[in-house]
Amino acid sequence: MIFIEDKQMVIPGDVLADKEYQSGRGTFKEDDKICSSLVGLVAVRDKKISVIPIQSKYIPKRGDVVIGEITDIRFSMWNLNINSPYSGILPASDVFGKEKRDLSKAFVVGDVLFLRVVDVDEVKKVKLGLKGRGLGKFRDGILIYITPTKVPRLIGKKGSMINMIKDETKCEVVVGQNGVVWVKGDPSMERVAEKVINMIEEQAHTSGLTDRVRNMLYKLLGKENPEEALESEKPEKALEPENPEKEKEPFDEEDEEENGEDLIQ
Amino acid sequence: MVIIIPEIIKESLNNLVKNGDRADDRSFDQYRDIVLETGVIDKAEGSARVKIGKTQIMVGTKSQLGEPFSDTPNVGVLMTNSELIPMAAPDFEPGPPDERSVELSRVTDRCMREAKVIDLEKLCIIEGKKVWMIFVDLHIIDYDGNLMDAAVLGSMAALMNTKIPEAKVVDDEVVIDEEKKIPLPIKEKALMCTFAKIGGELIVDPSLEEEQVMSSRISIGMRTDGSICSMQKGGMQPLTKDEIIKAVARSKVLTKKLMEHLPQNKQ
Repeated sequence: MIFIEDKQMVIPGDVLADKEYQSGRGTFKEDDKICSSLVGLVAVRDKKISVIPIQSKYIPKRGDVVIGEITDIRFSMWNLNINSPYSGILPASDVFGKEKRDLSKAFVVGDVLFLRVVDVDEVKKVKLGLKGRGLGKFRDGILIYITPTKVPRLIGKKGSMINMIKDETKCEVVVGQNGVVWVKGDPSMERVAEKVINMIEEQAHTSGLTDRVRNMLYKLLGKENPEEALESEKPEKALEPENPEKEKEPFDEEDEEENGEDLIQ
Repeated sequence: MVIIIPEIIKESLNNLVKNGDRADDRSFDQYRDIVLETGVIDKAEGSARVKIGKTQIMVGTKSQLGEPFSDTPNVGVLMTNSELIPMAAPDFEPGPPDERSVELSRVTDRCMREAKVIDLEKLCIIEGKKVWMIFVDLHIIDYDGNLMDAAVLGSMAALMNTKIPEAKVVDDEVVIDEEKKIPLPIKEKALMCTFAKIGGELIVDPSLEEEQVMSSRISIGMRTDGSICSMQKGGMQPLTKDEIIKAVARSKVLTKKLMEHLPQNKQ
């Protein structure tokens, strides 16, 4: 027996299903019943039920690309805030190699870097690295913070959402897996991108988001919406290609894997 | 926990203000949405919950009989305390009140006291022996910048909402009539406007982000007639005389608008 629908919003303690289902992430079992342990949306895959939280904190994972801010300089490493309960460290050897140099000559407190999580050990010590394409220090631009669970939604299938924002605003956009987004472009365009990204975060759990984002972009940019014009003429056809998008899971786990490459420019 | 603001956020906020813009699209003289409710706590003599944007403060007032201070035997006592509860922000820690907490309660207290909001002499029951002591407690529930304006607005509303039991003197003894509640002798209203200096401009009602990057701030407490009752400057950088004069002129207009949020009847 299942007591809820897919994508339904639940609160902690809500009974989701009984024993014929499997308990997944964000759920617990009590008296053969599966209950939610979070506030979030239910995801049912075959017989496995999990709850995707509405809000979350970033838990570092090896291989992720993140945006971090330098908070401290130590003897041989920098400390970074990676928008997570765990802080990250960037060893000096990663920047200077074997050479011994003053750390503050490279990065100072307040700098924002794009990094890769090299290793996370059992006590969640997060080792970061700068080796890789596009990694390094950001200059100018703005930072936007979103909930990490909504990162896949912001990127969209094969980067559809993020590319739309990039194309329309002509901004450079870099999304860290930890929910920090860096945007650089014309100041007015940065603002547009910021608004759109905040809107995506707010409405990430709803369907048909891509359409609304497009409409919002056109509205903010003061452009004619070609889709809308089309829609009024032959509404059915115009809507059709959008349907597969609507079917999409709000938070697609598979997407996350692809993001990595897409983020780096 | 020390909060470090990335340089690029500092820069982008400064640049925004230089272009006459703010991160949340407000004008320099625009407050965030203000919500004010009074009488929200049953157990307190008076209470108010104020929200300015996402900043949220709960204010409660309590009355108690006590001895007056020896240098002012014929006036009641007004005391303000504030609590920055750790739930409100990551850098609010439990334990003894820190600098910000002390500053907030003192600034609020000064604004109320110097404006002579309450006719404290009327709170005297037996001169030199028994007076009413009014305690204003500020609980910061959510911190998103500009605590001072919210605290003063909330305190003002809570005081206006406060009803204390009637006290009579019978044979040199104070008799309290718990059944009969009377409102506090409010004779003036005062509110506060805070400006933050960012990018060389003064902007009203700074958000948390703006407070973190501001070079200095100035809070001006003002009475209904536009006279200044208190002032507090914060931040590392100085302000010019010209800037302060301009801030005062602007706060005259803004205080008037803020007053509209207060419940109009004095009951």
